[in-house]
Amino acid sequence: MNPPMNTSSNVMPESVESQAIASTHIRATRRLYWSIRRELWEHRSIYVAPLAAAAIFLFGFLVGLPHHLRAVRTEDQAHQALDIPYQLAAALIMGTAFIVGIFYSLDALYGERRDRSILFWKSLPVSDLTTVLSKLTVPLVILPVLSFAIAVVTQFLMLLLSSVVLLGSGLNLGMYWAHSSFFHLSVILLYHILTVHGLWYAPIYGWLLLVSACAPRAPFIWAFLPPFVVWGLEKIAFNSSHFLAMVNYRLIGPQPTTTAPDSQLMDMLSALSPAQFFSTPGLWTGLLIAAAFLFAAVRLRRYRGPI
Amino acid sequence: MTVIEARGLRKAFGTNIALHGVDLHVEEGRILGLIGANGAGKTTALNAIVGLTSYQGELKVLGRNPWTERDQLMRDVCFITDVAVLPRWIKVSQALDYVAGVHPRFDRAKAENFLLKTTVPPAGKVKDLSKGMVAQLHLALVMAIDAKLLVLDEPTLGLDILYRKQFYDSLLNDYFDGKRTIVVTTHQVEEMQNVLTDVMFINRGRIVVNCSMEEFESRYTEVMVHPHQLAAARALMPIHERQIFGQSILLFDRVDRNQLAAFGEVRTPTIADLFVAVIGNQSVAAQGAAR
Repeated sequence: MNPPMNTSSNVMPESVESQAIASTHIRATRRLYWSIRRELWEHRSIYVAPLAAAAIFLFGFLVGLPHHLRAVRTEDQAHQALDIPYQLAAALIMGTAFIVGIFYSLDALYGERRDRSILFWKSLPVSDLTTVLSKLTVPLVILPVLSFAIAVVTQFLMLLLSSVVLLGSGLNLGMYWAHSSFFHLSVILLYHILTVHGLWYAPIYGWLLLVSACAPRAPFIWAFLPPFVVWGLEKIAFNSSHFLAMVNYRLIGPQPTTTAPDSQLMDMLSALSPAQFFSTPGLWTGLLIAAAFLFAAVRLRRYRGPI
Repeated sequence: MTVIEARGLRKAFGTNIALHGVDLHVEEGRILGLIGANGAGKTTALNAIVGLTSYQGELKVLGRNPWTERDQLMRDVCFITDVAVLPRWIKVSQALDYVAGVHPRFDRAKAENFLLKTTVPPAGKVKDLSKGMVAQLHLALVMAIDAKLLVLDEPTLGLDILYRKQFYDSLLNDYFDGKRTIVVTTHQVEEMQNVLTDVMFINRGRIVVNCSMEEFESRYTEVMVHPHQLAAARALMPIHERQIFGQSILLFDRVDRNQLAAFGEVRTPTIADLFVAVIGNQSVAAQGAAR
């Protein structure tokens, strides 16, 4: 943050001036904080949608629970009986958050132009960079952390609910808890969310924010039509589909070269060690592309007015 | 202190030139009315001043370049362009929270006190407020900011006369302290006449009249001329002539008032009268040239 450079600061006593510099320095993070809070006020679906997904899943789980646990007689079965619903719960909540993230990003810099409120936001001392960063924080940090927290709480509730049912059936609860992979799964889930949703998907959200900053209307079409056209052109001109493979790779995430065909969802998620993940070239090119998209979005916001 | 300094300010949208090298000099403590027809370039000029649009030429606002330093400039500059740009989803309390969170010079208590005097419900959402209430809320936010320059672009458009009166009264009584500077554009020129210290007419991207209100009052004279003296009065080259109820009203620029008093009743024209005279003449001349 530069100190204030206006002429009046030159005549200020030194102590006052240094104070002013200090206060503007604090306010850079404070402005980001309030800008993120503003996003949460406007887009309540950020937390309502994953919560609703969790509630619906819990309801379904509760309905099917007695039937589900009737088969549990051995340790292995107890282990199996909860692992798969756990993973489904996590997948449903994360999938919801991902979809919310896509729609949020497409609207983030488009909605303020459509409802003309950009004229109000720009009348406040918040830079375009701070604004765009606050809008990027939502899909890259807020949504992943939130969906992780909701998934863990949901899984814990599932564990409690099934314990209550098991108590009624007279099965050994100690055995059941000992074999539940609750904590193990949470760690894997956190790792997956931080690496894939927080870093690997960054260029996707960067692209969506860029489109939302420049689309004259219908940002959804502007976001999805160009990739479709590129795919079609490549197919016609070269009869190849490298672009499709690239998009596919970005969506699925980096995979280990040797994957057992019967591996479960969670095994796939945790298949890459941190060392492998961070040495994947695709991660770093993706982050570079994301940075370029963001830079363009910040620049575009300066030029864009209401539509 | 100079608040706004522009030299050769130019802006073109494609082939349409909105500003033709405008020079502007606004000192601290002035209330400048920028008056022009639709599409004259008022809004473009104001947008350049508050950093909403790029431009060619030189422009410094409080010593800063508004286009590249908008966010720093906004610590000392406030603007309201157009009514109803507050987001519809925001609650009154959230709007106060947010501005207090990001603006170092925002006095929340002052905004709340101002809102108490209005009918704006503190727990309401903007989308549930009437247009007048939204304008009051926006004004409350802006007036609680200790800014050096306030820019208003049609701040009362579409509001009824009571709200408009209240708006300007609040602005003068609660906000303006002689040190701040206000630049305002409006179509309701008559309501602003007593508020302004300076007036500027802009037409087709050019400034055509630029004077202080004292100068305005000493320069321009309107005379309701007796019919038999019409020829003599016309010889003094009025800049405009109009008919009301069969009476000729002539408008003079820099003609001695005592001399004019001989022709009939003399008064100072309103800004609107002068605007019609100056801009109307130019439009007629332009149409004539086109033919």
